[in-house]
Formats: sequence, C-alpha cells, structure tokens
Amino acid sequence: MIRFISRRLAQTVLLLFGISVVLFLLAEAVPGDYFSEAQLNPNISADTLQALRSHYGLDRPLVVRYGYWLASVARGDMGYSLAYNQPVSQLLFPRLGNTLLLAVPALLTCWVLALVLGVLLAGYGGKWSERVFSLGSSALLATPDVLLALLALLIAARTRLFPAGGMHSLATADSGRLSSARDLAWHLFLPGCVFILSSLAPIVRHVHAEMKEVLQTPHVRAAEGHGISRLRVLFRYALPAAANPLVSLFGVSVGLMFSVVLVVEIVLGWPGLGPMLLEAILARDMFVTIGGVLLSALMLVLGNVVADFLLYAIDPRIRVQA
Amino acid sequence: MNQHSRAVISGVLLLAFHAVVVLAGFFAPYNYATQDRLHPHAPPMSAHFFDCSGKFHFWPFVYGLKDKEGSFGQYERDCDSRYPVRFFARGDRYAIAGAFSLDVHLFTVDEPGRIFLLGTDGFGRDQFSRTLYGGQVSLFAGLLAAGICVAVGMLAGTLAGFYGGWLDATLMRLAELCIAIPALYLLLAVRSYLPLQVEPAAAFALVVLVIGSVTWGRPARLVRGVVLSARERNFVLAARGFGASSAYLIRRHLLPETLSVSLTQLAVLVPQFIMFEITLSFLGLGVGEPFPSWGNLLSQAQQYHNLVSYWWLLLPGLAPIPVLMAYYALSTALQRRLDLKGEEIIG
Repeated sequence: MIRFISRRLAQTVLLLFGISVVLFLLAEAVPGDYFSEAQLNPNISADTLQALRSHYGLDRPLVVRYGYWLASVARGDMGYSLAYNQPVSQLLFPRLGNTLLLAVPALLTCWVLALVLGVLLAGYGGKWSERVFSLGSSALLATPDVLLALLALLIAARTRLFPAGGMHSLATADSGRLSSARDLAWHLFLPGCVFILSSLAPIVRHVHAEMKEVLQTPHVRAAEGHGISRLRVLFRYALPAAANPLVSLFGVSVGLMFSVVLVVEIVLGWPGLGPMLLEAILARDMFVTIGGVLLSALMLVLGNVVADFLLYAIDPRIRVQA
Repeated sequence: MNQHSRAVISGVLLLAFHAVVVLAGFFAPYNYATQDRLHPHAPPMSAHFFDCSGKFHFWPFVYGLKDKEGSFGQYERDCDSRYPVRFFARGDRYAIAGAFSLDVHLFTVDEPGRIFLLGTDGFGRDQFSRTLYGGQVSLFAGLLAAGICVAVGMLAGTLAGFYGGWLDATLMRLAELCIAIPALYLLLAVRSYLPLQVEPAAAFALVVLVIGSVTWGRPARLVRGVVLSARERNFVLAARGFGASSAYLIRRHLLPETLSVSLTQLAVLVPQFIMFEITLSFLGLGVGEPFPSWGNLLSQAQQYHNLVSYWWLLLPGLAPIPVLMAYYALSTALQRRLDLKGEEIIG
C-alpha cells in the first residue's frame, strides 16, 4: 500500500513538472508578454518598459526564470502575479476553495442522482421510459453548458427567488454564522443545479448501460430466481458488480467537472478558479495561468487517486492482486 | 429501430445540417452583417395568415414594426403595414463556398419590411441569419479539429506502437501529459499564449489548431493499443517475413486495422469539440465579431441587462442541440458496432 502511494506521488510530481516545463516552453515560443499591451501607450517610454521587465526578471534567460519559478513553488508561492502584485498561491488558493465548495457537493449529488436514476431505470424501465430517457439524456448532453448557465441566470433575474450571481450578499456579511451559511447555500443553489444538469447526462447513461449489462449475468438472475426482491437485487447484487467501471468513471468525471465548473463560474459570477483564470489569460498574467492549469491537473490526479482507493475498498479482486 | 438504421438516419440528418449551414446564404434572409439600424433588439416575429381584423389571407405575411407608445426601444406590430413573404426572391448578395456569387434567398420580404424569425441583436442584425452563418464556424471547427486530433493520434499511436522503445515512451508520456490536464484548461492555457485580437479567419484556424493539438492523447493511446495487438498477428508477421518494409507494413496492414477505432473516435470527438468552440468563442477567445459563431452569438446575453430584457438573445443557443444529438446517436451506434465486432473476433 505504501509502495503504491509513494509511486503515485512520484508520478504526480513528475507529471506536474512536465506540464510546467511544457507551459514555460510554449510561453517562450510566442512573442509578447504582460507588458506588451503597455507598449501601445504613448505615455510609457521604452526605457520604463525595459526597467519594468528587468525589475520583474522577464529579461533573463528562460532557464534562469524557470529556476526562480521552481524555487518559488518550493516556497509555496507558485510564482508572482504581475497584475495583482501578489504571490500566485495567495490568489489561487482561496479561489480553489470556492471552486471546490461549489463543485464537490454538486458532483456528489450528481453521482447519487445518477446512481439512483440509472439503477432504477435499468431495473424497472419499460420500452417507453427507456425511449424517453435516451432522448432526454441525449438532449441534455447536447445542450451547451453556456446556455444552461444563462438560462439559470435568466430564471434568477425573472423570479427573483435566487441571487443572480456572486457568493455572499452584503446584508448578511456579519450577521452570525448560521445566517451566513444559509446565505451561502442560497447562492450555491443555482450554480449547483446548472452543474448537476450539465454533468448528469453522461454519468447516468454510463450507470444505465453498465447496469443493463450486469442484469444479464447469471449471478443476478440466480438471485432473482431465489425470489429476492427486485430492489434488493438491484442495489445489493447488481450495483456492486457494475461498480468497477463506474468508479473509474468517477475519476474521469472529476476532470469533466472542472470544465463544466469553469463555465458555470464565469457566467454565474461564482468567485472560483474559472473567472480568475480567464482574467489572467486576457491580461497575459502568465504565472497565474500556469498555476491555475497546474491546480486543475492536480485535482484531476487527486480524483483518480480517490477512484483508485474506492476501487481498492469495494472490489475484492483488486485487493487480492495487490 | 436497430443500430444500423439509427446510424444511417443520424448520418443523413448530419449531412442535411451541414448542407444548410454551407448554404447559409440561401436559407438566411439577410447577410450576417446586415444591420437594420432602426430596429435593434426587435423581438422574434412569425409569418401570419390572419391580419389584425381577423381577415384570412391566402399568402403568408409579416407586419412592420413601430415603436411602442411612451417607451424606448420597444416595438409593437404595425397593423397598417403588411409585407407578404416572398420565396426565392432577391436580396443581399452572398457567396456559396466562397465561389458562386448569388442573391436568391429561400424567403424574404420586400423593403422596407423585415422578417426577423429569431429577433435581432443589439446592432439590429437578424439572429436567424446569424445563427445559420454561425454554424459554418462551429460545425466545421469541430469537424476539422477532430480530423486533426484523430490524424495526429493515428500517426503518433501507430509510430509508438510499431517502433516501441524510446519513441513509444516519449510519445506516450506526451499523450499522458495532454490527458492529465482537464481539456478546457489546457485549451485556455494554450490559447492564452496566442494573440487575442485576430481576424475571424485567423481566429478560426487558431481555434481548430489549438483544439486539435491538445487533445490527440486519447486517440493516440487507443490506436497504439490496436497496433500493438495487430503487429503480432500472423498476416503481419508473414508480410514481414516476406521482406516487407516498415513503411509498407504500416500503410498496408496497420493503418487499415486502426481505421474503425479512429472513425469512432472522430464521431465521439466532433460534438465535444463543437462544445469547446462554443465555450471558447463565448469567452471571447475564439472567433469574434463581426462573424458569428454559436458561441459568440450567446456572449451578448452575458450582459445582465440584455439577458433580462431581451430573452430571444438566448435562442441561437438552441441551434447546437439537434446537431449534437445526431452526432451522439451516430457515435453511440458506431461504438456498439465496434464492440460487437470485437466479440465476434473473440467468439
């Protein structure tokens, strides 16, 4: 087990290292930097720009800059944001917290919904409900996340039941822990719903397909033949047998989650990683971009690690192998 | 309905969608840049058979727009002005596939009347026309990007699987790098290094290249797997024994083996990439004004005031749904077919 963890850790570090090298090389290959925009301003002289560049070390060779950046990662700063004049980690970590606050509960809810829906449909669905499901889920799959998020915003604006964006309201800023938690949940609801709607379809389709396959296997039919109730057969005997590929899908869905949550955050004004990354890209604030991408890769790796542990916990076959 | 007919139907539908988009100039009543400066944010209108007094007209017509009394920027229909819908009538000039210049439109109305089936945007441009033209960008960006992605994946996967050794190790580590980052983040990161303000044509090429170049990891791994098993098959070993060159083996025996996996990947990836294009253009990192795409059409609705007052700005967002559904149906059918084939080989 310890060998497994340490190997995984080493792999992750190597992976992140590789990603950072590639991103640095890409940035180097393309002309222009954070101060390129200022060149167009006639009030800023070329000397000033040169001074700024050398102040921030942008005029040094690539290897030196990469070395400095690595040292800064080792210090836990992850580089320096030129737009905010702050270490990148101070900018990104609170944002990452907000993203996870939105994404983790939403992803878990999504999985619970998908499991219940997929299993019940595979177990009880007739011809027509299957058809409706297949049509509905593919329509949901085909709806752009952007459209769903905008629709949510429209609903919030029209009904005034939900706040149109943001994470806190000013009124409850310091009115006790309970009411600010309630306020947070109220703000969380719509982005969470959009997130669930846009990630539900692929997951529920997979659950359904796996369950359909497992329901044909001899051991499930034997369980049925013993007169065990349908519901118990489905959740006690069929679902665990279908769990293996689904757990792997869970790891993949973490990556999917990050792509969906980016759009949701930007449209609905949730102060997570997404808006910050977009802003950094538009301003060519390179270290923030690299930091954001590295964090997202790290989260994807973490998702896969969680999936591995889950697999180890629920699938005895893997425990025997390991 | 069996899988085969499902695949055929969705394939035919897709052909039809692409044809409509290519012939956007004919199906759209106006050019994507034609402005009606008197009517920004006009609501959607439809063709009528009954006029305001309830009288039936044999030929469909639309009403003119007039400003609502005591309001600013709101319209109501002008019962006194009726404009019959003309089919196959002349209007804005357009080019089909950049070559044939024509001015015949499927439907339009006589000046000064206007037909805005999906309303107009803030510049008074017809959203229906812009949606059709926008499909040119979104659909073909998805298709081309998927083509590049699968082509690169096939090449990398075949080389890695066939030659093995350090080439295999390098290519597969690179592929893992691409897979390890959530696709949209990688896309944004790569896009962030490229110039922001570019011509629509250059932006289109950029979007296609960026999407194609960051996503080849998965198809490459799938193709490598197929090649690894194919190169040990007896007919390949026999060909090698007869002295066939590596290039011949790859071209004649291995690439054909990977074709079914690659085509299925293509059908799976195209809808994903159309979504990527929509997201990129929506965020202002893809194709920009004045040329429409399904993504940047929605970006006007991002402004709170526009969204609340002019809900029809969201209508272009519905256009991708039938197209993507057809793609998903096609890819599901292809995947099932592939699985079945695998079982036949085993059995």
